Amino acid sequence: MAAFVEFDGVHKSFGANHVLRGLDLQVAEHDVVCLIGPSGCGKSTLLRCVNGLEPIQAGEIRISSERVSGRGVDVNWLRCNVGIVFQSFNLFPHMTVLRNITLSPRKVLGQSRAVAEDRAMTLLTRIGLADKAREYPDRLSGGQQQRAAIARALAMGPQVLLLDEITSALDPELVAEVLAIVRELAAEGMTMLLATHEMGFAREVASKVCLIDEGKVAEHGPPEQLFADPQNPRTRAFLRSIIAAGRL
Amino acid sequence: MTGAPTDLLSVAGSSRPARRFRSPLPLAILAALAGVVVAALLAESVRVFDRSLHVTGTGLAVSRVAELAVVVAGLAVPYCGIRAVLDARRAGALARQGHLADARVVAEDSRQWGWYVLGLSLTGLTLAFLFGFFGAQDGKVRTVLFNWHYPGGHIADLAGGFWINVKLFMVTEVIVLAWALLVAVVRLIPGRAGAPMRWLAVAYVDIFRGIPALLVLYIVVFGFPLAQVPLLSSLSRERQQFWLAVLALTLTYGAYVAEVYRSGLESIHWSQTAAARSLGLSHPQTLRYVVIPQAVRRIIPPLLNDFIGLQKDTALVSIVGVLDIVNRATILKGQDFNLSYMSGAALAFLAITVPLTRFTDYLVRRDAARMRAGGS
Repeated sequence: MAAFVEFDGVHKSFGANHVLRGLDLQVAEHDVVCLIGPSGCGKSTLLRCVNGLEPIQAGEIRISSERVSGRGVDVNWLRCNVGIVFQSFNLFPHMTVLRNITLSPRKVLGQSRAVAEDRAMTLLTRIGLADKAREYPDRLSGGQQQRAAIARALAMGPQVLLLDEITSALDPELVAEVLAIVRELAAEGMTMLLATHEMGFAREVASKVCLIDEGKVAEHGPPEQLFADPQNPRTRAFLRSIIAAGRL
Repeated sequence: MTGAPTDLLSVAGSSRPARRFRSPLPLAILAALAGVVVAALLAESVRVFDRSLHVTGTGLAVSRVAELAVVVAGLAVPYCGIRAVLDARRAGALARQGHLADARVVAEDSRQWGWYVLGLSLTGLTLAFLFGFFGAQDGKVRTVLFNWHYPGGHIADLAGGFWINVKLFMVTEVIVLAWALLVAVVRLIPGRAGAPMRWLAVAYVDIFRGIPALLVLYIVVFGFPLAQVPLLSSLSRERQQFWLAVLALTLTYGAYVAEVYRSGLESIHWSQTAAARSLGLSHPQTLRYVVIPQAVRRIIPPLLNDFIGLQKDTALVSIVGVLDIVNRATILKGQDFNLSYMSGAALAFLAITVPLTRFTDYLVRRDAARMRAGGS
């Protein structure tokens, strides 16, 4: 299968902190790639590089063979095609859920208010939040806020969705409602990159799992293979610590 | 260490002080004495005030009733002191009979009466000072500073002057709101190309926050026409003066308010910007729809604070010849040699600044309550 999102020797550093050190990775269309690894290994940074929130110092990132890193890239256009959902939701607290979702389609894509709201309501109905459309985010539970944030990203009609530890800030009983939406998106063929600590979910939904360590992909493969029979000693050590924490 | 028991809890428990009763009596006696002194001082200052009154008939009767009420109210201070002493003695008796728990309850009552004495004493002393102040020298302070007959006789003139202050305030405020936001946004322009503009904004804020408003007024309102700066020179002298004063106050207050805006803009977490940019919004769109609306909500209280300052500082324009209320009061004061005109002007300012201050406090309280409730 042809690569849809490609990372080619990506280097990223914050000052002296060299986070990504020549990372290579190919993501095919409709792939769901789970990035796992110790905290601080660069999972989130990698995602933020894809939509240009963080510039990279060397290497290249391509989407549909088009370079999307470095100079001369229209980041605002890029971000219309690459949606991202954050750990801390980052809904706009001064707007209702509906306005959160319609802001960008109206101001960036130039949709009329009626069209944007119509599409937003369709999305909200799909994720079971239609009755919360006129509420402000702080009236919603964490799980509802994160679902609204996913709807906000989807409203732009992205080709790729980046999910940055989207369940880490949620109470355990609220995780399932968010993961259900991701599962549904995966079934519909959305190309997704997830940074996650939900190993059980990664095993279930991922088409590929990547262990990132020391700024590179230490090991990647289908989940059944990577979780059952890890080849790399780093992967084994990481999985051991996850099991010790009772998370797998 | 040598053979001693090593039980940690028994070691810790050995140094606890014995339960005992501390008598509140000495402090209670002090409170009672202080109460008597305060009541006496208040009565004496009211007597001085009464002797300075030169009124007869109903006026005198009303004054006497009010004075008597104050003196009687002053007796509350020694009353609380005596209650403190009585409770302290009762507590001591209970303690001697071995009812330690009850004794401590009554001792706490005694201390509570003591706190009343402290609070009432401060109020009483303040009142005593005010009566003495307004009654001393046969009431000279009243006739020279607070004779409302003087400003009352020129109410139209003074009100006309105050209208200029209010106009200055309102016009300047609107311009400052827009101008300061512009400065704050320029100061946050990203990238290397934006650096010169950022420096300009920083330099402006540094300079005009560092110069007294009075000097800026002198330089702009006096200096510009004198140096024949071709600014607003087509207007009549009076209107030119007004608009130059607006300019001067805008320059000074724009610098302050720009800093308020900046603190508000910087208080919005970068994750909000990240979310907005991730949705394809440009930098200006992110500011316009996401950052500025949230920042403005947060800075309303400090903003109002600066506007209270601005409202008061409109008085400075009297120095450069604008015929505002302060200038008119100064002229009248010179004619009649009575400062009650200034007090009248002060009242006019209070009529605007006190409601504004209360409103600001209300907003701050509401904000704090919302923070405690966990909202944003």
